[in-house]
Amino acid sequence: MANKKPRLAVYKMSSCDGCQLSLLDAEDELLDVLGGVEMAYFPEASSKMQKGPYDIGLVEGSITTPRNVEEIRQIRKECKILITIGACATAGGIQALRNWKDTKEFTKIVYASPEYISTLDRSMPVSAFVHVDFELRGCPINKYQLIEVLNAFLNSRKPNIPTYSVCIDCKLKGNICVLTAHGSPCMGPVTQTGCNALCPSYDRGCFGCYGPMDSANTSSLAKQFKQMGFSKFDVMIAFRSYNAYAEAFRKESEANEK
Amino acid sequence: MKTIDKSNLDKIISILKKDGYTVIGPTVKDGAIIYDEIESTGDLPIGMGDEQDAGTYRLTKRNDEAYFGYVVGPQSWKKFMFPQRLKMWDAQRNGKGFDINLPKAPPPRYAFLGVRACDLRAIFVQDKVFNNGTFADSYYNNVRKNIFIIAVNCTQSDGTCFCVSMKTGPKAKQGYDIALTEIINKNEHYFLLDEGTLKGSELASKLNFAKAGDAQIKAAASAIMAAEVNMKRTMNTAGIKDLLYNNHDHPIWTEIATRCLACANCTMVCPTCFCSNMEDTTDLTGDHAERWRRWDSCFSLDYSKVAGGSFRTSTKARYRQWMTHKLASWIDQFGTSGCVGCGRCITWCPVGIDITKEVENLRSSPKIKS
Repeated sequence: MANKKPRLAVYKMSSCDGCQLSLLDAEDELLDVLGGVEMAYFPEASSKMQKGPYDIGLVEGSITTPRNVEEIRQIRKECKILITIGACATAGGIQALRNWKDTKEFTKIVYASPEYISTLDRSMPVSAFVHVDFELRGCPINKYQLIEVLNAFLNSRKPNIPTYSVCIDCKLKGNICVLTAHGSPCMGPVTQTGCNALCPSYDRGCFGCYGPMDSANTSSLAKQFKQMGFSKFDVMIAFRSYNAYAEAFRKESEANEK
Repeated sequence: MKTIDKSNLDKIISILKKDGYTVIGPTVKDGAIIYDEIESTGDLPIGMGDEQDAGTYRLTKRNDEAYFGYVVGPQSWKKFMFPQRLKMWDAQRNGKGFDINLPKAPPPRYAFLGVRACDLRAIFVQDKVFNNGTFADSYYNNVRKNIFIIAVNCTQSDGTCFCVSMKTGPKAKQGYDIALTEIINKNEHYFLLDEGTLKGSELASKLNFAKAGDAQIKAAASAIMAAEVNMKRTMNTAGIKDLLYNNHDHPIWTEIATRCLACANCTMVCPTCFCSNMEDTTDLTGDHAERWRRWDSCFSLDYSKVAGGSFRTSTKARYRQWMTHKLASWIDQFGTSGCVGCGRCITWCPVGIDITKEVENLRSSPKIKS
C-alpha cells in the first residue's frame, strides 16, 4: 500500500439512499474507515467535494434515466475500482417492477406535464452499462459487509462475502428452519446470504433481499411453495420484489405470471 | 443392570455439574428440539414428541410425561466438538514482523445427556475423521476426551429414521458411560440404567438405584423393539460402494439436480458432515489479523474453488459428490459409512429429497459398467 491514502467516492443513481447511509451508520468503524481512506467525494456526507480521479467508487442505485447512463459512464472513467452497492445497483432494485409495465403510461398518470420526464423503459443494474469490479448485494446492504469489502481492499486480501444460501447462516446461528418446522414460505434456500439470516432469526421467512445465490434452483423451491398451498400468483410476487430483475428471480416470476 | 426413578435424573445433572461438567441435553427452541445447556430436568422437553417426514418437522404434545419421547432434531452433537465457527489463531503486528497468538481458553468439559444410538455412532464416525492416525484435530480431541456420555435408547422411531438398516440403533451398543431406557406404563415411570464405563459406574453408584428385575429388563427390551419394528424407512446397503462407484454417469443425478436446491441444509444437519472453510480477516488498520474456521458444505459452489475456478459447478456434480462420499468413498477413507441413519437430511431438506429413496432409484435402474 502506498503512503497516500486511497481516495474514495460515493455516488448515487436512482435509489433511496439507504445503502450509502449504511456507511455513515457504521458508527464504531467509521473513524477507522476514515483513517484508511480519504473521503474525497460523498455528497450525502459532506459538501466538500473534491475532483477525481478516485481509487474506489461506491455506486448506489439503478440506471433509470438517460442522465444516469451518462453519469455512470463518466464515473467508470473516474474510478480505478468500481463497486456497486445494494439491490438497485446490482439488480435494478424494487423500481425494476416497472420493467414489466408501460413506463409512458405511468408518466402520463403520475405527472401533470409528462413531456418534462425523461426516463428509460427499464430500471437496470449498473453492470448493464459499465464494467463492475465487485457487486455487494442487499436491500439494504449490510454495513459489516461494506466495511469488509473496503477492509479487504485496504489490506490487499480477498473479501469474505459468501455467495451461498441463507440456509447455511441459519444453521451456523442455530436457527430452526421456518420452512421445514413451521411451514412458512422462505426464500432462504435460493437467496444469497449476507444479512446474517435476519428474518428467519425473527421467525419470518426470508424475503430474498440479497438476490439469487450462486446456484439458485428457483423452480424447485417454487414447486415446494405450491405444494404447501401457495398459488402461482403468490410464487410470482415472492420472486418479484427487491431483486425482481436479477436473472434467476426474473425467470421464475415470469414462469408463474399466468 | 439397575433401575432408577425419574427423580434421579436431576441427581445425575447436579452430580455432573458439581464435577465441573457443562450438562448439555435436549430442550425446546422455536418449535423444535435442540441440544443446549440444561440446568435441570425442567429444561427437558417433558411430554413433547415430534412428527417427521421428508421435508417436514412438527413438535407435538404427547399424552404422557415422557422425558425422551421424541427422536432427533435439527442439531447434532457435532457442534460441541466441531463448532460452527472457531478461531484458530490471531496475529498482531509487531514492528516489521508479527506475533501469533493461539487461543488460550481451556476446552469446555461437556456431559451429554440424551445421546441417541445413531448420534453415538456419528460421534464414533467423527472420531475417525478428526483423529485417525494421520490427522488429529486438536480442538476436537481436547473436547472429546473429557465428554461424559449418557445415551438414551430410542423407544420410538419417527418418519425419517432408518438406523435399523444402518445397524446403528435404536439401542446404543457402545461408547457411552451410561445408557438409559425410559419405561412408562400406567403405573410406573422409571429408567433402566446400563453402565458402559468405570466413570459411568461411579456415577451410577451415587444414585438411588435398585437392581433391575427380569420383568424390567424385558420391558426395556420390548420398548426398544417397538422402535425397531415401527421404523418406516430402510436403506439397502448391499454392495453400496460398487453401486455408487459404477453409476457415476447415471441419469438419476441429472434428475435429482432438478429438485436439489444446493442450499446445504442436509450437510449442516448431518451429524457426520465435517466440511469447513478458513476465513482470514483483518481489522481496518491491518495491524490485527484472525483466522477462523467455519462450517462449509460440498454443496456450496466456492467449496470446490481452486486456481482456475470451481470444479463442481453443477448441482448434479455436488449432490453426486455428497452421496457418493457419504455412502461409498467414506468407507474407503475412514473404514465406516458416513451415514448413521438418523434421517436428518431427509427431514430438513426443504424439498424432501430422501437419500434412502435415491439409493433405491439407483438400484432399480443401475447402469453398472461391464
